[in-house]
Amino acid sequence: MDNDFLNKLGIPRLIISLFLAFLVAAAFSFGLPMGQIFSAMLTRFGMNSLLVLAMIPTIQAGAGPNFGLPFGIICGLIGATLAIELDLRGFTAFFFAIGVSIPLGAIAGWLYGLLLNRVKGQEMTVGTYMGFSIVSVMCIFWLMAPYKSPEMVWPYGGDGLRVTVVLDGRMEQLLDRFLSFTVNGVTIPTGLLLATALCCVLLWIFMRTRTGLAMSVVGSNPRFAEASGLNVNKYRLLASVVSCAMGAAGIVIYSQSYGFIQLYQAPLYMALYSVSAILIGGASLQRATITQALIGTFLFNALLVIALPVANVAMDSDISEIMRVIISNGIILYALTRKEVGGDAR
Amino acid sequence: MRLLQKNIVPIVFIVLCTIGFHYSGLSWMFFANDLMTRLARNSFLVISLIIPVLAGMGLNFGIVLGAMAGQFAAFITVVYNLTGITGFFLACVLSIPFAVLFGWLTGILFNKAKGKEMITGLILGFFANGLYQLVCLIFIGWIIPISNKALLLPSGIGFVNTLDLKIWQYAIDKFYVFKLKGITTPLLKYLNNINFPVLTLIIVALLCTAVYLLFRTKLGQDFRAVGQNRHIAEVAGIKVDRVRIIAVIFSTVLAAWGQLIFLQNIGNVQVYGSHVQVGTFAVAALLIGGASVSKATIGQALLGTVLFHALFIVSPLAGKNIMGSAQVGEYFRVFVAYGVIGIALALHAWQRLTKKE
Repeated sequence: MDNDFLNKLGIPRLIISLFLAFLVAAAFSFGLPMGQIFSAMLTRFGMNSLLVLAMIPTIQAGAGPNFGLPFGIICGLIGATLAIELDLRGFTAFFFAIGVSIPLGAIAGWLYGLLLNRVKGQEMTVGTYMGFSIVSVMCIFWLMAPYKSPEMVWPYGGDGLRVTVVLDGRMEQLLDRFLSFTVNGVTIPTGLLLATALCCVLLWIFMRTRTGLAMSVVGSNPRFAEASGLNVNKYRLLASVVSCAMGAAGIVIYSQSYGFIQLYQAPLYMALYSVSAILIGGASLQRATITQALIGTFLFNALLVIALPVANVAMDSDISEIMRVIISNGIILYALTRKEVGGDAR
Repeated sequence: MRLLQKNIVPIVFIVLCTIGFHYSGLSWMFFANDLMTRLARNSFLVISLIIPVLAGMGLNFGIVLGAMAGQFAAFITVVYNLTGITGFFLACVLSIPFAVLFGWLTGILFNKAKGKEMITGLILGFFANGLYQLVCLIFIGWIIPISNKALLLPSGIGFVNTLDLKIWQYAIDKFYVFKLKGITTPLLKYLNNINFPVLTLIIVALLCTAVYLLFRTKLGQDFRAVGQNRHIAEVAGIKVDRVRIIAVIFSTVLAAWGQLIFLQNIGNVQVYGSHVQVGTFAVAALLIGGASVSKATIGQALLGTVLFHALFIVSPLAGKNIMGSAQVGEYFRVFVAYGVIGIALALHAWQRLTKKE
């Protein structure tokens, strides 16, 4: 019984939860402003959740976590920068950015999916390096693209767009502030959480449609799927399309909440952080659920939020970035060394 | 035609480098000297990749750990002020225990993730970098006492960003420099005025010979057998897991020495940066030389180093002259490094899949 419970919870999840509990207790005893910390946790959770949810389709379709998420992310960045270029503001800007991002992300996902179908079994390595390459190609794009908006290009004679574009007065924290209220000093970013909930519901419905179910069958047993007349490659392609489109919308939500659009090298490791978040939630490289994605996003981001102030008080040095690197890559390593249960024995 | 097809990658890069060289407007002498320096300091790292490739473990992105081992050894020589060529060789010796330990751990991990060694190695590199920062930024000066306060950050904890390695800079590069002069033979005259770091080149040549000879020993044959087919090798009585671990240890130790050669040329160590891109750049260089995930030769490693670094030298200036911005060239070469790896891996996976069907 006990062992069963432990297995279900997963050792990494247990360790991380305990660590988080310890840090929260430490923060209390140091007398840190808990209201602010909890608000930041909620915000970070909402900011990242769609990017993590984007991992689900590809994992379920048997293509592993989407290490090629940057394909979607750059499309979202294009959408967001276009909205500013056209001098849009408020919800118009936000919905325009989302509206441009999703179809672009879908196209990028389709191309990426074509590639993935040709490299079955090596999706993770190929995806990582293709993601890195597309980010560096886009660096050239940001330099050369004919954007004119003075808010985005370097003020004096520099080339191309700035490294970070400030969204102040455009769509900074648009969702976060929507219907937001404060309880006991904790600010609830209502709009952001509602948006997250909406994404979850849509994904939940999608995964339960005929198409979504077929996608899961393809992932859990490709041979069986093939035998029952499902086109494996088609569903893997679809998963990649959905995942990249979610990534594109995800980065727009992320940027509006963060208040900046980060260009150039910034998206380089974003896929890795999303992958590790869902793995922390208890997902494997073959199976993932929405609950796991949400739990993982919360645990991972809560840990990062609280580690910074606690470490600052306790040891006067910035350990949170180091911790982020160790935890996120450690959990991926842990997942890679697990024996694969089920799935396609290649 | 077959020859062309087989060597298409190096040929494409030769063309790219030639175009880049033309547009960069660099003088031949500057270019050739820079290239020679880079060949001497980087080829060791690239060669360190060969053994795991032949042992069937793919491209060992885990050599980042080897580079870290080298840097730890370098830190020790700085702290104890071991200078000159003795200091350098002592660093090489000191790096061995670190590298063997790291290589052994990497090997165990790779055995647990068979078939996924490359992604594991890549992520392991990131992970190890986190631990490395933990040691250098938090433990140094706190748990590990350092007497020389000049090496530490003002708070007394953690190394400063850049440590000076003047104590053994050029220890082997400038041991004996050879320069050709006054040659008038049509082709060979391009070799005039190039500084050959003789000792470094000899060491690299020795390494090449050693690797070549290694594959003629029993152990080397075991590497190959495991690389061709793990199951057949197992049946033939080879301890596959053990052989794989040995292959990774070799690679890690060589990478540690490679990093030390690199550092003795550069003359300082970026404590939090020098090792980060080692894996990516070495792998890209090897692939540009025409190697694949399952096949690599010493010749390909050397050719790849030359081509990759030729591109490194010319691309910022060529980018500036063609596109009007040096930044473009800068990003272009980063793209080449990542793109070449991505495409090579994709092609390899694709070929294996079509062969299976």
